[in-house]
Amino acid sequence: MVLLVDLLRAPERAARLSPAEWDVVIPQARQSHLLASLAARLWAAGVSGQVPAEVARHLGSAVVLQRKQCQGLAHELDHLRPALAEAGEPVLLLKGAAYITAGLPPAAGRLMSDIDILVHTSALPAVERVLAGHGWSAGKIDPYNERYYRQWMHEIPPLGHRQRRSTLDVHHTILPPTSTGQIDAAALWRQAVEASPGVMVLGPEDMVLHSAAHLFHEGEFGHGLRDLLDLDGLLRHFAGLEGPQFYARLLARAHSMGLERPLYYACLHAARVLETPLPAELIAALRPTGLAALKGPFMDFLFRRAFTPGHSSCRLPLTGFALFCLYVRSHYLRMPLRLLLPHLLRKACMDLRAGAGTGATDRKVAKEAG
Amino acid sequence: MSPPTLSTLGTDGLQSALAGEGVRLRVGPYRYAIRSPEPIVARGLALLYADFPLAPRDGFADFHVSFAPAGLRQRLRGQLDFMLDEHRPFGSVPRAQAYAFLEWGLNWCLSVTMNEYLKLHAAVVAKDGVALILPGLPGAGKSTLCAALALRGWRVLSDEHALIPPGRREVVPVYRPVSLKNDSIDIIRERGASALLGPLSRDTHKGSVAHLKADGHPDSHRPEPIAARFMVFPEYRAGAPLALRPKGRAESFLFAAHHSFNYSLMGEVGFEAMCHFVDGLDCFDLSYSALDAALERLDELVREVA
Repeated sequence: MVLLVDLLRAPERAARLSPAEWDVVIPQARQSHLLASLAARLWAAGVSGQVPAEVARHLGSAVVLQRKQCQGLAHELDHLRPALAEAGEPVLLLKGAAYITAGLPPAAGRLMSDIDILVHTSALPAVERVLAGHGWSAGKIDPYNERYYRQWMHEIPPLGHRQRRSTLDVHHTILPPTSTGQIDAAALWRQAVEASPGVMVLGPEDMVLHSAAHLFHEGEFGHGLRDLLDLDGLLRHFAGLEGPQFYARLLARAHSMGLERPLYYACLHAARVLETPLPAELIAALRPTGLAALKGPFMDFLFRRAFTPGHSSCRLPLTGFALFCLYVRSHYLRMPLRLLLPHLLRKACMDLRAGAGTGATDRKVAKEAG
Repeated sequence: MSPPTLSTLGTDGLQSALAGEGVRLRVGPYRYAIRSPEPIVARGLALLYADFPLAPRDGFADFHVSFAPAGLRQRLRGQLDFMLDEHRPFGSVPRAQAYAFLEWGLNWCLSVTMNEYLKLHAAVVAKDGVALILPGLPGAGKSTLCAALALRGWRVLSDEHALIPPGRREVVPVYRPVSLKNDSIDIIRERGASALLGPLSRDTHKGSVAHLKADGHPDSHRPEPIAARFMVFPEYRAGAPLALRPKGRAESFLFAAHHSFNYSLMGEVGFEAMCHFVDGLDCFDLSYSALDAALERLDELVREVA
């Protein structure tokens, strides 16, 4: 059993943990980027007072960082809004920044590494131009990577701000155009809602679908558990707000966007790992049939490993293999094989070359360790 | 009764503990669990950490650190990887730089995670219960000064982190060996046979690096906070006459805040903590070229208030 997941599900257990158990929970949480989320849950359950002081300071330290990130986000939005307005675009936030700005449950303790926004494809050139004018640039990027982004991805290369050092991911749709889903970006915009003056977020169904598609298509399982926690929080919240109607609308939306599969995995694993209460009919309606159903046990084998913190205290056998399979799968979903094979080969060569020098690392340590 | 120290493990015991379930050390308010099969790590720790109290094996450790090749590729290339909580924050480093890198890694754990204290990038030393903060740019000579003061009988509370509890005018000791670079290594070595230096790492991004065992003072591993009294900004300049000049609090505040690890991260709490802390200090600029003259001047400064 994974202690961290236990605690996220039943925070009141915190009162009974031994120092040796905390010795495992804190590394699991740090590695899963969930220290501040854990802190928020313990706080909400009223058990934070029963956490030993030596442990509480780790949780508290992560909360300090998270608060700073929220402040930073608000500050960044004050710059982004007028900048995008010059291109005639509103700010539409995705993922972590959206949950925080809209005050949705996953926001509690949610750490984020960058700000994700959605813009209209037609406005992309204008957006890039005004952002560049306001200090955002992609920095040095390998021409191969640049072409890869432009040709195959649903976002442009990440932009960094010259002075404020923040990172911005500009998306024009929520899945790579070559992937299996049929995302109608115009429909996303029609359902978007205003979260605060001048700042939009996706509508409830689209927000859940994006979270699911992002997690189950992109193969970044370093924060797999955190992303699953997002889904759990969103599903509980919207179902609580709108009742069973919500599931019907979610299902219909998944059908129209071709996202039944990621939604199926999202529901299945959120319910399995985090006990998200979901109607059996929803899962039944999403369950793959025919040949696709045969993959079930294998996919289960992979995702079980992806949602277990990568710590020796709970690591399952063959985790490395499973993560590799998911990485390959994410590319396979994104591109046809004739494009994918050369791409992966190319990336492997680039990794080998990058591994040969350690200069960059040294500089990083020098800066951070003084 | 004081807890057993690392030296009680013996050389073989230390080596096998490091290669096995790890060695747990108390470093100021924190506990490090360190694992590494590298002989140089065992050698360095045996020498420099001999007097560190051991932490209970079955308790909570703040930082789980390992230092070993991450995989076959690193093993073949003779490289090592520093890990915190089984996560690799940096790339691999050549074995020749191993010991210096381990010490940087141990600093880094504290620099990037903990925010319960305001953390200034500064050395902290004390004499007769009076603590003196030495913030400094790299190359300003804070570590050299700190090492020389240690050899003169001062207590070193840290050569890297001044830990300030918000709302207090105190610093929390977090002693670790003092890091010396390039010429400083010989300057300190020449100051006496009592100077115990750890493994030398050559050709790091900061040149040659070695660490001084600087916990000769009997209170070195006591955890209680100490009242801070002075903030001194050292500046080594070849040929400069010795001068200790009062420095304005506002200017000192700005400089120290700029060289803090988490001042801006802590937001308002950091600002309040910093105001309160600096308000209670006398601040000085110290420019020097002759080390002994500078040490005597600092002795004198402390004598004036003691």
